[in-house]
Amino acid sequence: MFKYFPHTKADIDSMLETLNVTSIDELFKDIPQSVIFNSDYDVPSFMSESELRNHFAELGKKNQELTLFSGLGIYDHYQPAVIDAITSRQEFMTSYTPYQPEISQGTLQYIFEYQSMIQTLTGMEVSNASMYDGSTATAEACFMACAVTKRNKILISSTLNPNTANVIKTYLKYKDLVWDFIDEKSGVIDLEDLKTKLDKDVAGVVVQKTNLYGIIEGYDGFSELIKENKSLFIINADISTLGVLKSPKEDGADIACGDCQSLGMPPAFGGPTLGYLASEKTHVRKMPGRICGYTHDLEGKRAFVLTLQAREQHIRRSKANSNICSNQSLMALFVTVYLTLMGKNGLKEVNNLSYQGAHYLYDQLLKTKKFRDPFNQPFLKEFTLETMIPKETIQTAFLENGILGGISLDIYGEKYQGLINFSVTEKRTKAEIDKLLEIVEGLS
Amino acid sequence: MINYNRMIFELSNPGRIGYSLPKQRFTDYNVEALDKKYLRNAELLLPEVSELDCLRHFTNISNKNFGVENGFYPLGSCTMKYNPKINEEMAANKAFRSLHPLQPASTVQGALEVYYQLQEYLSTISGLHEFSLNPYAGAHGELVGLMIIKAYHEERKDFKRKKIIIPDSAHGTNPASTVVCGMDVVEIKSNSLGRVDLESLKAVLNDEVSGMMLTNPNTLGIFENDICEITKLIHEAGGLMYYDGANLNALLGKVRPGDMGFDVMHINLHKTFSTPHGGGGPGSGPVGVTEELAKYLPNPRVKKIDDYYFIENSGEALGQISSYFGNYLVALRAYAYIRTLGKENLKLVGPYATLNANYISNALKTAYDLPIPGYCMHEVVFNGLTNKDTDVRTLDIAKRLLDFGMHAPTIYFPLLFPQSIMIEPTETESKETIDDFINVMHKIAIEAKEDPDKLKQAPTKTPIRRTDEVFAAKMMIFSYKDYLEYIQNRG
Amino acid sequence: MSKLVEGLYYSKSHEWVKPLEDDVVLVGITDFAQSELGDVVFVDLPEVGDTVSAEVEFGAVESVKAASDLIAPISGEILEVNDELVGEPELLNKDPYKNWLLKVKLENPDELSELLNIEEYEAFIK
Repeated sequence: MFKYFPHTKADIDSMLETLNVTSIDELFKDIPQSVIFNSDYDVPSFMSESELRNHFAELGKKNQELTLFSGLGIYDHYQPAVIDAITSRQEFMTSYTPYQPEISQGTLQYIFEYQSMIQTLTGMEVSNASMYDGSTATAEACFMACAVTKRNKILISSTLNPNTANVIKTYLKYKDLVWDFIDEKSGVIDLEDLKTKLDKDVAGVVVQKTNLYGIIEGYDGFSELIKENKSLFIINADISTLGVLKSPKEDGADIACGDCQSLGMPPAFGGPTLGYLASEKTHVRKMPGRICGYTHDLEGKRAFVLTLQAREQHIRRSKANSNICSNQSLMALFVTVYLTLMGKNGLKEVNNLSYQGAHYLYDQLLKTKKFRDPFNQPFLKEFTLETMIPKETIQTAFLENGILGGISLDIYGEKYQGLINFSVTEKRTKAEIDKLLEIVEGLS
Repeated sequence: MINYNRMIFELSNPGRIGYSLPKQRFTDYNVEALDKKYLRNAELLLPEVSELDCLRHFTNISNKNFGVENGFYPLGSCTMKYNPKINEEMAANKAFRSLHPLQPASTVQGALEVYYQLQEYLSTISGLHEFSLNPYAGAHGELVGLMIIKAYHEERKDFKRKKIIIPDSAHGTNPASTVVCGMDVVEIKSNSLGRVDLESLKAVLNDEVSGMMLTNPNTLGIFENDICEITKLIHEAGGLMYYDGANLNALLGKVRPGDMGFDVMHINLHKTFSTPHGGGGPGSGPVGVTEELAKYLPNPRVKKIDDYYFIENSGEALGQISSYFGNYLVALRAYAYIRTLGKENLKLVGPYATLNANYISNALKTAYDLPIPGYCMHEVVFNGLTNKDTDVRTLDIAKRLLDFGMHAPTIYFPLLFPQSIMIEPTETESKETIDDFINVMHKIAIEAKEDPDKLKQAPTKTPIRRTDEVFAAKMMIFSYKDYLEYIQNRG
Repeated sequence: MSKLVEGLYYSKSHEWVKPLEDDVVLVGITDFAQSELGDVVFVDLPEVGDTVSAEVEFGAVESVKAASDLIAPISGEILEVNDELVGEPELLNKDPYKNWLLKVKLENPDELSELLNIEEYEAFIK
């Protein structure tokens, strides 16, 4: 016997007898003998629960928990204990996509609340129920722009995180769509270059704020220009920062998208996180993914349902605009609980505390004269410096002291040689920041 | 508290807080110092509640949900098996949870070992050479698998191969993924036994065929016993075979997709390998390929030399399809599941799932219309009631089941029959649970004849009753802001 | 039993064409089409001045559970679009023959002869 299989020998015998067969193997008689697998999987023998715990404890020792001064899309923000308490409830965690609204109001209601929160943060009219992550959400936003405009080219800002840009490129390439990059100037997207590249094939323009360098880009004049060209303006924004920064709607976006990891999710070695995607109601039928709507039941009770499903793959099949089937529902619950606890004041405070720490670190690092700021642009919690000391020296010294920071942007290509990234959240104490500075003082 | 009916925004009281943040430590700085042109003016409609308010709200709405631990969940094609608690405990381990994906490989050897070993286990279980765990979900895996097929043909300069053959019984994601991958769908009809019709297949084979997507067992829960002939035909035509792993649970311990001649496949870790469905996600859709196709797997890759694990980005890869390593913590749960079962128990999964499904099929075939006779695999599809003389439809049967504290099966899929009811019991259900379900289904069949209105009215014991979907689609109330506007306009 | 109207031309994709005068026609969906779809919640229509081509899709109708492309039964220039349907798509359920979708100036009036007449369409949907 095994703990996940309730079948006793007597059960099996009685079931087989009902079926008028003598062994389970007989049920597989349709399968050609040539493909029957008669040996063992190359998997170790089973483990008891305590053996498994020990095994994971050993594996865990091979990882090093670091004090994170790193960002680039994954941030070390505080996660209230309440989030785990709620998201681990089996009613939420083990249920399926809410196809039967009568017994799925829990999931449907928090999705509605999630959509409401994304709506207010982005300022857009409608959010879907979530996408896989920020990069795929942005790629889907590009598809959506192509579907809305019936055009085939995407302009991508050079200041986009290359991870996101790479995913967009893969998606576009295989769908036989094309792209071009808009140059950057002083660390921000160059409006003049955008002007020269906007042509009648351009379906959408993708920008990111805060951008790869952590810089808060301003988009004065962008939306008018893009609208005039009948293209869509796609803003990928770090959602947490929208507690203080201009919303995509205020920036003139047609589609807002990005990652929600910064809203209550652990770094988790990169996943699961959640991608958000929001737009205006005029485009809702070209939106990918699930959408939850408000309604009532036949007795007039408040109810929530998945709606506009006729856009989706299970009905539209090859005519659907997206193949997406799932959403990151449980991660949407992380977001909903996080934002419930933080409220608008907490979210502002998180941003202010992060801003304060980041700016303190920035000023102190510049004072060492070992770094310079190649851009001199406004930033929030993340910034990029040019280092005069070899990046290896910095990283090694940091790692020896249990710190991850000063990540070299050349992981994204040669052109970023010499640039290093720092990110500071509200979790970093003054002592931690001062320790980092002390290490830097000792370097040459 | 199933009558609880507040939205979180309705609990809000200005000034209340549910967080505790550190004291300000660098008061020389303030975010308000940023140029106003960067700062938000728009109002934020977020709730302001205490911590206990928050917990009560979500606990109350959770009680209106139905999870695997609430009761039988025979949702066909979804493999709603038990999601083990120990996996959750392992995934909550800070030594994995707190890792940043840009940490140097030397500081994440444990995490990479889990990733690498899981790739290896999936390979031996599926009979394919190599896996990537980066795809985020089943449909994402399909897309990535199709990208690999396309990349393979394009590298051979065989640009005209754009057609993907898909049986009419396939999941909707198959055709949708094909189109998203810039290829064309060629649908072929199933034969009277619910299987791929070889003559129809032969008729569409030519030098434009890129590949074929197939689920085996198919969505009727039936094994495609001509599988060797099918893969041979596709390969002879120059195409590749894609295995949709949605129904892999049936095959554990019995058949490996690689041995049937498949070249590319995805696995739904949230089905076969017990990771929770999370109310719709996060899932995980690892993609596996033959040795010849391994170079196309997406970046980043996790590799091993001697006992050291490292991360590689290859120029030959099809590109990047995720920011980092996919839904890593989902993969970690699947790893824990595989290690818990071990080779001894993994091979019992398919047989027990199949035994349970056939037991149901046999017990219900008098009252429910079984369109394809014979043994099924891990799931069985009926076409409504045997008695066609009532107004009772599959929808009514599904809704009535909810009143008995059971989740409904998948309904109206596959599209081959007008009244499809697709039942998948999984191996984690006991004979007693299944007997209860069978009894209830028979009771419903009798009610359909004697008291059909009861079924039409069902469910009546659930937190809400049937919903007005037309209202939802027409009114398009997608947020609390929309809701407030609706209330205001209604007066 | 689906309702049919005399004097209209029908397509196999369940649209009808009603000739007015000077090669101008109205195009709509049949009663059979609306009943198969169920409650219509959305109609996606092209703009005045666009052209439609026979057997090519020009829009879509959507119900809660299904979506169906609209296939042009004839070719020509769109003179008018029934904007009432955008706000009240349910009109298609109420009276699919009164609530037309498009008014089109025919490019090739001979195309009408390729469509089904009432008897042929009635047999087709049986």
